[in-house]
Amino acid sequence: MNAVNHFFRKTSFGSTVTLLILVAIWSAPTLGLLITSLRPRDLAEVSPWWEALAAPFTTPWTLEAYQNSLAGGMTDSLVNTIAVTVPATILPLMIAANAAFAFTFLNFKGKEFFFALLVALMVIPLQSSLIPVLRGMVWIQKTFDVELTGTYISAWIVHSAFAMPLAIYTLRNYMMTLPKELIEAATVDGASYYEIFWKLVLPMSTPAIASFAIFQFLWVWNDYLIAFIFVGEQKAVMTYRLLRLLGQYGEGWQDVAAGSFISLIIPLIVFFSLQRFIVRGLLAGSVKG
Amino acid sequence: MSDLFFGLVSIVVGVAASYGVFWLLNFLLSLLPERLYRKANWLAFLLPAALLVIIVLVAPLVQTVIWSFKSDNAKEWVGTQNYVEIFTDEVKPDKVEAKKEEGAVFFADNRILDGRFMNILLNNFLWVLVVPAATVVVGTATATLSNQVGPTRERVFKSLIFMPMAISFVAASTIWAYFYSYVPPGRPEVGLLNALFKLLGGEAQPWLTLDKGRLNSFLLMIVIIWLQGGYAMVVISAAIKNVPTETLEAAQLDGANSWQVFFRVILPQVWGTVMSVFVTILIMVMKIFDIVLAMTRGNFTTSVLAFEWYKEFFENSNLGPASAVVTILVVLIAPLMWLQIRTVRQQEALR
Repeated sequence: MNAVNHFFRKTSFGSTVTLLILVAIWSAPTLGLLITSLRPRDLAEVSPWWEALAAPFTTPWTLEAYQNSLAGGMTDSLVNTIAVTVPATILPLMIAANAAFAFTFLNFKGKEFFFALLVALMVIPLQSSLIPVLRGMVWIQKTFDVELTGTYISAWIVHSAFAMPLAIYTLRNYMMTLPKELIEAATVDGASYYEIFWKLVLPMSTPAIASFAIFQFLWVWNDYLIAFIFVGEQKAVMTYRLLRLLGQYGEGWQDVAAGSFISLIIPLIVFFSLQRFIVRGLLAGSVKG
Repeated sequence: MSDLFFGLVSIVVGVAASYGVFWLLNFLLSLLPERLYRKANWLAFLLPAALLVIIVLVAPLVQTVIWSFKSDNAKEWVGTQNYVEIFTDEVKPDKVEAKKEEGAVFFADNRILDGRFMNILLNNFLWVLVVPAATVVVGTATATLSNQVGPTRERVFKSLIFMPMAISFVAASTIWAYFYSYVPPGRPEVGLLNALFKLLGGEAQPWLTLDKGRLNSFLLMIVIIWLQGGYAMVVISAAIKNVPTETLEAAQLDGANSWQVFFRVILPQVWGTVMSVFVTILIMVMKIFDIVLAMTRGNFTTSVLAFEWYKEFFENSNLGPASAVVTILVVLIAPLMWLQIRTVRQQEALR
């Protein structure tokens, strides 16, 4: 236990109560939707969820809404989301790690300028680029007969590009902490930069890469806009389907509720199992504005 | 199943292909004479990233700015017309006199400020004013509180408050839309907010449609504060734990109470961290979009710039005006670029 903790721990009871109240407020909205997703449709229409919470053993529970949701297209969307997310996590990291290597260990003209440009680009809203990119893809489709929009590939490309500034920035920050002597020694031994990168720098950068991968994974998994524009209805991801469902909640909250939690399962598993790395990553500055 | 198979194959092919690109680049460069190879080697590492950034980020940004001065089909130049139409409204000839009597400010003969767009700018301004500050306050408060309980409790509390970080804007909107939900009188309440409001003697309200005093916009802001509070807490908490104990003990010896210790000793030492969280959330909030789309579709005076861009292009197919709206957003965000570069420079200097 560290010293600041020790200093504070004298006044713990009031703080515990305050925190309990805070956590209750923080969790109530999520809990409400979770409980609703687990109740029979006819019951949820006439009795609020906190009544089920008050009598957890006598109220009926069911997975009906989850079965409906999965049968109603959520299974396909789960597959689509995975197919968009996994490459859109791996590809940008590979490309960014290469670039970060160049920015850290190699010398070239305009290095400072390009790096400043990247930092500035972290602030630019992605909306400012999306329409021209969409139009460009449609143009390629018409001219070369290569299908891009409505496929996973377009989402991979766009997600990779938007991840570049922050990914290069955080990976470079990490690579700067690696011992330069090691790389110099390898150069003297006659290793090419290509070998140095793949055999030395990349393995040594695993912690930074892993922590950024978690963020990129959550970001892409949770993204709506890029999936809506570039993948769309054809291979609807979960956020896309969920938003359509939310537009029709007049038909009962169960399906939206169940759909929400199906879309949340994997991010929540990632969150709770890798929380330590997430915290570490946040402290290293990997948060997307 | 074929979808699943196709998905798996495309994942493997995609990743292998991009590895192949780097291998190929290096191979091609290695055909050069040794001296040149050493000099041009950085290209093999940087080229894919540079192309991606230029083709998908920089060039389209320039294109958007150009389109903002063109007509809807991007065929003719229209000068500043898109901007004029965004900022101002045309007044019908027979209404001009009446508007003049009301004291409306006229631009040219028949144009006055567009009230709707002014509302959008006001909304963006309110988001920027409220959310970063509120999130930082929530983060600092929870960080401080969680420091005052045992380590196990601290871990559990922090996890639960941090958890929304993993939730998408769309799913968060679902969760909160249900919390704010309204059922017509006569049917049982399912929304917690209305139930609580009734308990206090009020009548059920369709909260998200109430734009008086921008109430509904504030309700949307709560969702972002809920999503980002944990991030602020985690980062600020780490900074608080790094405060040297000597300073705390010295303050205590001098007879400072815990409030004084917090405001005079701890807060000044973590101020840099608090500000960096503030700026990060500020940048995010300027671009706020998904929450507005999912919860109100920009209705009931909740629209913001990024949503207006979406609506102009994807609902009204107005390329020119959509580009102009997003250009305005970029111009408003540009000063933050400078702030960002400055923060990075400071961090570099500390290294």
